[in-house]
Amino acid sequence: MLKRPHYVALSLVVLAALVVLNLPSGAASRFKLAFSTLFLPLFGLATTTQNAANHASDPLVPREELTRQNEQLRRENLKLQIAAAQTAETARENARLRKLLAWREQSPWKDKLRLARVVLREPANWWRSVQVDLGSRDGLRPNLPVLTPEGLVGRVASVSFDRSQVLLVGDPNCKVSALVENETRVHGVLGPAGPLESELAVLSFLPPATTLKPGQNIFTSGLGGIFPKGIPIGKVVDSRPVEYGLYVEARVKLAANLNALEEVWVLMP
Amino acid sequence: MTTFHTILLLVAAFFAVFAQAALDGARHWLGAQLDLLPALMVYAALRTNLATMALLAMFGGLCFDTLSANPFGITMLPLFGVGFVLHVRRELILRDQVFAQFVLGLAAGAATPTLTLLLLLTGGYAPLAGWGSLWQIAVMGFGGGVLTPLVFAALALCDRALRYRPATQSSFRPDRDIRRGRF
Repeated sequence: MLKRPHYVALSLVVLAALVVLNLPSGAASRFKLAFSTLFLPLFGLATTTQNAANHASDPLVPREELTRQNEQLRRENLKLQIAAAQTAETARENARLRKLLAWREQSPWKDKLRLARVVLREPANWWRSVQVDLGSRDGLRPNLPVLTPEGLVGRVASVSFDRSQVLLVGDPNCKVSALVENETRVHGVLGPAGPLESELAVLSFLPPATTLKPGQNIFTSGLGGIFPKGIPIGKVVDSRPVEYGLYVEARVKLAANLNALEEVWVLMP
Repeated sequence: MTTFHTILLLVAAFFAVFAQAALDGARHWLGAQLDLLPALMVYAALRTNLATMALLAMFGGLCFDTLSANPFGITMLPLFGVGFVLHVRRELILRDQVFAQFVLGLAAGAATPTLTLLLLLTGGYAPLAGWGSLWQIAVMGFGGGVLTPLVFAALALCDRALRYRPATQSSFRPDRDIRRGRF
């Protein structure tokens, strides 16, 4: 049977939970921030251990392997230099034509990237997020886009002094307005696919007459004001009409491997 | 049951939450991250008092929510609920049996995420839930079952290693004392 101490403990915990859950969002964030400072020594320890582990194997790599990698990187570098020169020429031409047409330049996002390291992952199974080692001291603020060279990763959700939480594409709170690269260039909203399908997302609200082919590219549309236009998201896997043909839904294989994120780029304002 | 015991449990919860966020292997292999807090809560419910259990639920829950996208404080209630039920019925449980620990860990490991999901849905949040969540809950339950006897063994080991040893009985017996006279 329940005794008085049981009732007291139960009431105290329920009361504490209700108070904390009903805090205004600003106060809850500050409490969360204060609590997260407890983990600061462990962050340092984890980073040091990771660095040590990364560098531990360096002396063991044979000289032939290093020479081969060096040669491969040299060739890759040459190719990238040529590609960069071609892109620069295209950009100049683009700028000139825009000037002639008096067409406003779209958000030029490619030069304002800042590298961040993923330090922690989401411990709960019902959200998709990671924590990165950049915070407000580095100029981060909520809703900045996060990407890898392969494609879109997500957006910054909350920022503390030296760390930030990034919601990944496929999290229920990270919806992205997306564009299909085909003749009709239809728009849709990218949302989560399912708890076990971390490499997939679902592109919803496509017009009923849309015909999609597997392998078609999906990009950010620039609508919504968070993600600039043209960031690659992934490729269409399959599509089907839903809600009695009211709209079409497509499964999208994400370009960025969200399960193996180590470093990401934050698109600075 | 000492203050040291309480501190040991809280420190274990702190490291457990950090390990869950730092080590991601189980999610790649099994599709779900294992949770150590229910296993610790089973230990607290069966071995410690109500105050320690409440402290563990509050501290562990807040640590978990700090590193997660959960609303701050939502994990406290399911953790405490699971521990409370076990604590009330603990006189009826064969708590030293490994199989009993496994079954309790399995139940706690499955009940905690289920209750948290229900709380999130009731609170108007939209967590990532679907048929796949059943698999994730099953994995977490089984993980809890496996981890609970290990937690019992590890904390018992720590307790034995760090606690004051009980005073051993002296070999002196008053009835064998040879009483000598003045000469």
